[in-house]
Amino acid sequence: MYEFAYERPVDLGAALKAADADSAFLAGGMTLLPTLKMRLARRSRLIDLSALPELRGVTATSTTVDIGAMTSHVEVQDSPEVQRLLPGLARLAAGIGDPLVRNRGTIGGSIANNDPAADYPAAVLGLGATIVTNLRRIPGDDFFTGMFATALAPGELITRISFPVARRAGYLKFRNPASRYAVVGVMVAQTPAGIRVAVTGAGPQVFRLPAFEQALTRRFAPEALQGLTVPSDGLNDDMHGSAAYRASLVGVIARRVVDMVAA
Amino acid sequence: MMQVTVSCVVNGVAVSAEAEPRTLLVDFLRNQLRLTGTHVGCDTSQCGVCVVHVNARAVKSCSMLAVQAEGADITTIEGLAATSAAVGSRGLHPMQAAFRAEHGLQCGFCTPGMIMTAVELVRRRPDPSEAEVRAGLEGNLCRCTGYHNIVKAVLKAAAQMRAAQTAAPTPAATDSAHV
Repeated sequence: MYEFAYERPVDLGAALKAADADSAFLAGGMTLLPTLKMRLARRSRLIDLSALPELRGVTATSTTVDIGAMTSHVEVQDSPEVQRLLPGLARLAAGIGDPLVRNRGTIGGSIANNDPAADYPAAVLGLGATIVTNLRRIPGDDFFTGMFATALAPGELITRISFPVARRAGYLKFRNPASRYAVVGVMVAQTPAGIRVAVTGAGPQVFRLPAFEQALTRRFAPEALQGLTVPSDGLNDDMHGSAAYRASLVGVIARRVVDMVAA
Repeated sequence: MMQVTVSCVVNGVAVSAEAEPRTLLVDFLRNQLRLTGTHVGCDTSQCGVCVVHVNARAVKSCSMLAVQAEGADITTIEGLAATSAAVGSRGLHPMQAAFRAEHGLQCGFCTPGMIMTAVELVRRRPDPSEAEVRAGLEGNLCRCTGYHNIVKAVLKAAAQMRAAQTAAPTPAATDSAHV
């Protein structure tokens, strides 16, 4: 690692003030620290967010589940509120990485990083969540702007993610057996705003499938998706799978998710 | 080079030592504290040989900075046996004893991390199925055993730890993972 300065502020204002063009916020560090270790990135200062209690924990009402940005994957997985109101989200969290990653990694860090194969972006887009920052509320549909890119301005910090409670929602992924990242992952949800289908892993960033959503709005059953295909143009094509293979997986996994949650 | 003082509790003992902000927790444990039972395997955060417990959570100490452990309560493989009420005649934690009894190691390089992950696994799920043990060890790579005897060892240790808890419940044996 290159040298950097480190601080762990105890209030949000100090954390925001410490940020500059060369600094990085340190959440769980499950991507940032390995990246720094390999000298793929260089930062002058790390601002550790772990001492900010307002970024932690789950608050639920009958219609929303709000999750603090620094809530770890295992805390989401174990949360009684998430298990009761959004069991598909608890299950998604339980499938991220491995137990050691889930003990450190955070929902805010995952979403801010916007890895094209990460799981949480599919939940944000699929459930129609809102990203709450120190400055504003950003609809999930507007948040992810490209590979590893988001609508966050420099120095802007995610404080929590607000999920509407869905009538039913589920997520499955075809995992890379080594990394456990999604080769393709699909979230299907029946939300207050209608049926939403979001795909991660397949493309440069998470995306929705309007044709699938319309078909499931007419009839919420795996058969409704029969014959629907996804063009392979622009999908990821790498050593883990060709674009055509990923396109095929999207249909297969979407039908499996619908089968799982329709029951 | 900027140095900061890191103070934490390691294996029940309050320690304080100098480190750079970029010093990884695993290097702090091995180089500053000379606790070399925690190994470094891959350097890419994938293999799990460096797992220790930080505030009762199993973590990869190669993916955490020493400065992030300021004020933390850390247990390494060296201090594991002392956390158990059911220490056997050889001074081993039941998980260590089960790895020995079931031949859950060959070269032994992955074993400290494997054991630290397995102890948390059993604390979270005292009566795991074989599939749950295999899933729970996904973050720990072993290149010798094919995992079969490791899984047997974890199941055996889980049974012994359940029996010990029934015989003499202790605060150390309860699940603090939900705090």
